[in-house]
Amino acid sequence: MPQPTRIVLPASAKKGEVFQIKTIIQHEMESGFRRNDRGVAIPRHIITSFVVTYAGAEIFRADVFPGVAANPYFAFTTTATETGEVVFTWTDDRGDVTTERRTLTVT
Amino acid sequence: MSNEPATTSDTMLTRRALVAGGVAICLVPIASGAAQATPAEMADAIRALTGGTTVKPGRVKLVLPELAENGNIVSLSVNVDSPMTDADHVKSVHIFSEMNPITTLVRFHVSPRAGRNPTLLTNIRLADSQRVTAIAAMSDGSFWSSDANVVVTIAACIDGG
Amino acid sequence: MRVLLPVLLASLAWSAAAADERPSPPRPGVEFQSSDTRQMQGDEGANPGMLWVEQGASLWRRPEGPAQMSCARCHQDATVSMKGVAARYPAVDAASGALLNVEGRINQCRKTRMSVVPFAYESNELLALTAFVTHQSRGIPRKVAVDGPARPYFEAGRTFYASRQGQLNLACGQCHTDNAGKRLRGDVISQGQTDGWPAYRLEWQTLGSLHRRLRACSLGVRADVLDYGAPEYLALELYLGWRGEGLPIDSPGVRR
Repeated sequence: MPQPTRIVLPASAKKGEVFQIKTIIQHEMESGFRRNDRGVAIPRHIITSFVVTYAGAEIFRADVFPGVAANPYFAFTTTATETGEVVFTWTDDRGDVTTERRTLTVT
Repeated sequence: MSNEPATTSDTMLTRRALVAGGVAICLVPIASGAAQATPAEMADAIRALTGGTTVKPGRVKLVLPELAENGNIVSLSVNVDSPMTDADHVKSVHIFSEMNPITTLVRFHVSPRAGRNPTLLTNIRLADSQRVTAIAAMSDGSFWSSDANVVVTIAACIDGG
Repeated sequence: MRVLLPVLLASLAWSAAAADERPSPPRPGVEFQSSDTRQMQGDEGANPGMLWVEQGASLWRRPEGPAQMSCARCHQDATVSMKGVAARYPAVDAASGALLNVEGRINQCRKTRMSVVPFAYESNELLALTAFVTHQSRGIPRKVAVDGPARPYFEAGRTFYASRQGQLNLACGQCHTDNAGKRLRGDVISQGQTDGWPAYRLEWQTLGSLHRRLRACSLGVRADVLDYGAPEYLALELYLGWRGEGLPIDSPGVRR
């Protein structure tokens, strides 16, 4: 089931301009190291990978471990090269995938 | 209220937890005896990354708060001094912990398109007060690092609710 | 024994001096957080509470129920119709005389005007809609009515705030009036204002309602934890709104 996300990036940028993209995905990031009040370990459930492509080229990738906080936040920069689609893909350790697309117009 | 909907969080606050008196936490963070990384494991992880090449301090700037209000979410910023050209750029940035159960917290893979002196932001979890290390792998095969020490506190009024 | 009784009776309530009942100036909750937490709240791209605001925007438009009603059908564009609304909540519902907070108003609409099941407290949906509606009052000063039909609720909230409770026998005011700004172990005690709620609490690793936080306060003094939406918490919410009059709404907040 795709998870809710929050993505902040400009709608347009000038060619050659470096801009920042901020992303958050709602995910409990259960580390697998916690125990409930009966002492039973709570199973791990985490995002393991986050990949961002822009006009087909990979511009950012994160290998995500339990040490990343819940509702993982990643912010990074990239250069405006051409008008195109920015595709964000989060995958978790149950194989659930969340994909979001945004269009960037480059002037 | 007559139209009070059923609550979803009642299981979190059991009578037992309330009567227990002490700072009641229903979910115990790390049970004693549970896995915890050691400095040796961190050294191994770094060696696996570098293949034995010496890691030089510098060119990387890891920023973490000196005092984290809650180990659940600690704001991390890592900036790398690099022209980010095809010939000379950062390929990846690795964040290591010496105290968390798993020594690698996150790995970032970046492209030269990230722009000069790129900054990466995320939030990490820290199991305890400790030193965190960032290592950048450069396109020329060199490795550069930065450390930050964080004291992890816990809120006075924690609930478990 | 005879000496003890007046001492015991005197210890049942706490009271602030009349001139000090409301803090002057009222200070936003975020000012009592660390600089990292303040930064997280202030950055709409990094504030995790915005996940729920976005979901709320979606739910606002989602048709439901026998008549396929949505919030948007009646309220149109929330950025216009909801602007300033949360700043005057909780408020007395004219028709029923009940005191409603934003959660209560959303659920009342769902039940009576949309003919659909109310959302549970702390459900993603209710958090999202509450966060979305409250967010539309960003920057608008809190001003709740405490006269007329609101008066009894206000007085109940005022009494609650001043009453010692729980095994620790503490009244809200003993921390949030007498000791605001001072340290409680590693924390700085806030004024207990509601301007940042609903808020993303680092400890919960999720967004939560004000009532969840009030329940945690009750637990903190080892008092009975009341239900979500309990009349005592609603009355307190009104009193706290009065106590924080003039504070701009700044939700979703981020709190430790």
